[in-house]
Amino acid sequence: MADEKTRQMPPMGGPGRRGGMVAKPDVKINKDTVKRLFRYFSEYKFHLVFVMIFIILSAVASVASSLFLETLIDDYITPMLFPNSSVTFTDLFVALCKIGILYVCGALAGLLYNRIMSNVSQGILKKIRDRMFAHMQTLPIKYFDAHNFGDTMSFYTNDTDAIRQMISQSVPQAMSSLVTIVSIFFSMLRQSVWLTLFVVVFLFAITRIIGFIGKKSGTYFMKQQRSVASVNSFIEEMINGQRVVKVFCHEDENKTEFDKRNDELCHNMTTANTYGNIVGPIMNNMGYILYLALAVLGGVLAIKGVTNLTLFGFDDKAITLGTIASFLTMSRNFVMPISHISQQINAISMALAGAERIFTLIDEESEADEGYVTLVNAKTDKDGNITESEERTGEWAWKHPHGDGTVTYTPLKGDIVLDDVDFAYVEDKTVLHNVSLYAQPGQKVAFVGATGAGKTTITNLINRFYDIADGKIRYDGININKIRKADLRRSMGIVLQDVNLFTGTVMDNIRYGKLDATDEECIAAAKLANADGFIRMLPNGYNTVLEGDGSGLSQGQRQLISIARAAVADPPVMILDEATSSIDTRTEAIVQRGMDALMHGRTVFVIAHRLSTVKNSDVIMVLERGRIIERGNHEKLISEKGKYYQLYTGAFELD
Amino acid sequence: MIKRLAKCVREYKKDAILTPVFVIGEVVMEVIIPLLMASLIDNGINAGSMDFVLKMGVILLVCAIISMFFGGIAGRTCAVASAGFAKNLRHDMFYNIQNYAFSNIDKFSTASLVTRLTTDVNNVQQSFMMIIRMAVRSPMMFFFSFIFAFGINAKLASIFLCVVPFLLLGMFLIIRKAHPLFKRVFKTYDKLNSIVEENVRGIRVVKSFNRQNFEINKFQDISGSIYNDFVKAEKTIAFNAPLMQMSVYICTILISWFGAKLVVNSGGTELSTGELMSLFTYTAQLLNSLMFVSMIFVMMTMSKASAERIVEVLDEKSDIAEKENAETLVKDGSIIFDNVDFSYSKNADKLCLDNINISISSGETIGIIGGTGSSKSTLVQLIPRLYDVKNGCVKVGGKDVREYSIEALRNEVAMVLQKNVLFSGTIKDNLRWGKEDATDEEIIKACSLACADEFIEKFPDKYDTYIEQGGANVSGGQKQRLCIARALLKKPKILILDDSTSAVDTATDAKIRKAFREEIPETTKIIIAQRISSVLDADRIIVLDDGKISAVGNHNYLLETSCIYKEVYESQMKGGDDNG
Repeated sequence: MADEKTRQMPPMGGPGRRGGMVAKPDVKINKDTVKRLFRYFSEYKFHLVFVMIFIILSAVASVASSLFLETLIDDYITPMLFPNSSVTFTDLFVALCKIGILYVCGALAGLLYNRIMSNVSQGILKKIRDRMFAHMQTLPIKYFDAHNFGDTMSFYTNDTDAIRQMISQSVPQAMSSLVTIVSIFFSMLRQSVWLTLFVVVFLFAITRIIGFIGKKSGTYFMKQQRSVASVNSFIEEMINGQRVVKVFCHEDENKTEFDKRNDELCHNMTTANTYGNIVGPIMNNMGYILYLALAVLGGVLAIKGVTNLTLFGFDDKAITLGTIASFLTMSRNFVMPISHISQQINAISMALAGAERIFTLIDEESEADEGYVTLVNAKTDKDGNITESEERTGEWAWKHPHGDGTVTYTPLKGDIVLDDVDFAYVEDKTVLHNVSLYAQPGQKVAFVGATGAGKTTITNLINRFYDIADGKIRYDGININKIRKADLRRSMGIVLQDVNLFTGTVMDNIRYGKLDATDEECIAAAKLANADGFIRMLPNGYNTVLEGDGSGLSQGQRQLISIARAAVADPPVMILDEATSSIDTRTEAIVQRGMDALMHGRTVFVIAHRLSTVKNSDVIMVLERGRIIERGNHEKLISEKGKYYQLYTGAFELD
Repeated sequence: MIKRLAKCVREYKKDAILTPVFVIGEVVMEVIIPLLMASLIDNGINAGSMDFVLKMGVILLVCAIISMFFGGIAGRTCAVASAGFAKNLRHDMFYNIQNYAFSNIDKFSTASLVTRLTTDVNNVQQSFMMIIRMAVRSPMMFFFSFIFAFGINAKLASIFLCVVPFLLLGMFLIIRKAHPLFKRVFKTYDKLNSIVEENVRGIRVVKSFNRQNFEINKFQDISGSIYNDFVKAEKTIAFNAPLMQMSVYICTILISWFGAKLVVNSGGTELSTGELMSLFTYTAQLLNSLMFVSMIFVMMTMSKASAERIVEVLDEKSDIAEKENAETLVKDGSIIFDNVDFSYSKNADKLCLDNINISISSGETIGIIGGTGSSKSTLVQLIPRLYDVKNGCVKVGGKDVREYSIEALRNEVAMVLQKNVLFSGTIKDNLRWGKEDATDEEIIKACSLACADEFIEKFPDKYDTYIEQGGANVSGGQKQRLCIARALLKKPKILILDDSTSAVDTATDAKIRKAFREEIPETTKIIIAQRISSVLDADRIIVLDDGKISAVGNHNYLLETSCIYKEVYESQMKGGDDNG
């Protein structure tokens, strides 16, 4: 844990891991999550009012459409069948025109709310994504230590996608279904309370059945997700180790194990999907059964002459045939939106679970920065007084405002002092004990020690990736807690063993160290890092586009690019953490010469496994279990015949 | 492509065929039911005949139950068929990948193979499910609704014929406009994902160069273009539902008007009110089914890319084929490179290995040294036939490696790779990769040869210590020694160490080499190293430079004759790394 080199990130399935294979169903609904999600809508209040109006309009039009069919038959066709009826085709034409206008309005409303909704939903998604990413950039390194890479990725893929599904489909669909249900419910009450009551009871029974199936499918869905995870992790591990598999002829064992997991997945998937698939037909046909139960019940009521009760009180007469007929149609239209809503519930709860995870990320505490000392361009006059300068002077100074309003300027030199520093990544597990060291400008300071001895940790503290528990770190005499983090980090360059390159050209990647560097500066840096040669051999030279973390390059080549990247930044302090570990010794010697020239007069911290890399350092610190046990230059340490001597003579193992 | 995928249905063919059959049953019922309902209204309720209502009710109930039954069974068979299909796809892909040669693995990146086995299979499975359920259901629905509507009244049903073409045209236009937009959105999604990936992985770089705002701007550019494209695409798709509604509404109004005329003028003989009602139901069913067809179309085009990626994996033939009646016995550990040329890509101008000739006798210890990119690893990978030569031949035990069965050859040629991997499981589990039925004594023996026993004994669980995925909980040097022990368990005739002791200190390194010399003298040992001390005491050292053998000989000979060797030696000795 202490050393990030040993931490392995789980392999990732390349870009574009959409498709909810990893989403976990979580049925619990957190009210706070809903509230927070709603807050994102607040910006679109105006839009939403219109959306609501249009949804109602569109739903009303569709309800009216089904009700109209009854009117058509009861009020127009049936009367017209009798001779001398007062109803004429002209009346029908007028009625059709009226309903036609309503239809057009309904369709238009449907179009408009869908279009407005696309702005709203994509706007909210963009906001959530941007917010998430911007916040992620502020999180301390600790967060990334503690959280699995795949999980963080899925915030941006699965979870955001679930929210998109919910906002752009489920919510409008549910709203419109709700409007339909309410308006049909009242229309039904208007016709007959008895029959409505029957419909409600019947539907209650249906929802219980669906609920039961839903629970079953939920359990199997969870099982399915577990087997998915088991198959996927096996695939990831074995495909990544495929070359070893081949060398050991382990293919058959692999196949057997894979089949075992694959079969289990197939079994659970089949069961989960079966339950999922039968909900539709059940709902649908229950609708038919309701229909015919209503017909029978209505018929009985009508024939027995039971007094009808409507929303407006008791009718004098019994249920009419027209009432039953229209009630039947309405019952169809009542079941449909209910089944729509039941289909959306799963999507909505998945989205809310996703939103909850996203909000936990957004709630993570940002890296604290109470620093007020800043790094400015400076000019020194003949008397040695330092003044701040607007333009780049090549000279830098710390601008230190004091409580009494005065400002002092300290020249940036790269003088670093650690005074009695203690540090723990996890509370109570101290990894550094009473570490003190002095690095003077121009010195090359090396750290040597076994994995977990705390070498990388020290450099992580100097640039404040982590904050110390006890003691003090001073930079040019200023407590680094007082320095603004951005400025502190700007003043040092870091080259890590695990190189991370970004999608873009080689030139872009080198320029990452200094965004306004010219092409010439970048090329000069590449030459310094001895990277110019191989870069020119690439298909498009410096304009070759690197993708997937520079996957086409060898580890050594990637290290050379990252050295060039740090060199172009031209910082007064440089930290090289196993920066040349994958470069062969001959090339390393060349790079070393270039680096030494570049870093002349500056402070360099070097962590290296090969003692040849650190031998010419001014000070070598030997670390053991978080303590500096030996310090001095090569000759001194050899003459002391301590741990360094043992390491050097090969009597002791390093890693 | 579809043919290739269809081959994977296999034992689930029955279910895959039964699903549409049951679906047809369900559809037929769903089309008959409106007719029965019409009759129930006309002859039962309107006529006030309770008997008829009950009689019809029973028939309807039976129909509904049959329909539910068919629907349920179809749901089951569909689940069986699609989950089974996905299982077979994964199975076939995984099996085929197991047969890949190294060159095949080079061609696909491991990340892309993983995506193909997971996300892509998932996409294709979803489409498959849609196809066997919906692709039959919708056209059938359309067909039956149309037939029944025509059966009720041909004249009125012909109204559909006028509306449907407009609907189809509208849908076609919408898809044509939206499809490229969606495709672009998905590409942009990939970009967004890769930015997130790079940032999470490279957060230390971002922070130490203070590039937070730079990255945020980059991200917002992309999330902005997703916003723009997605809104455009969704706004186009937004026409879909209203278009559909409008078609239904227009049909309703036209049927209302002409239907009413027909009913009134004929006095209900040509068309009854009940029939008119069922016509409306068919309108909805018919047009809805068209909608589904368009959705299926969109789904299929989206999963087409996934299907292609799967077929690529399935169709990839291993570059290394085993000979029939291959030799299974490797006589000894002698190796001969005879005029060997090699390059990774078939039409490269530059050879990675150029005219290599060397003969190594059984039991010899050979060191290989050379700079980054001098093809050291390439050379040794030809011995267990991880790649095939371009020209010339590599002989092991006096026979061309292509004569042997691959398993026999690789059992005798143990190789410890440079980029080595331990798997999740105990230390014992990992070591048994070398020999499945290895006894505890054998394991301990191998570990002591590889100097791994000393640290294993210090673990609380000793040989049962659980190794996390990728060997995350052991140090680099420990990992290397475990990998060597794993290879030793095979008791091979040839042992190849590709820079396998780089993280092991020089003293232990020397101890391991001494153990090799004393304990397994008849095994041919080939050692690639950066550290010159690792090869110093080899019988012969090969100096590789730019794919060619620059010099061969023992240490003293090379020190005098090879300037490259001398330079490497001096750079390290001057650096003072080794006194090993």
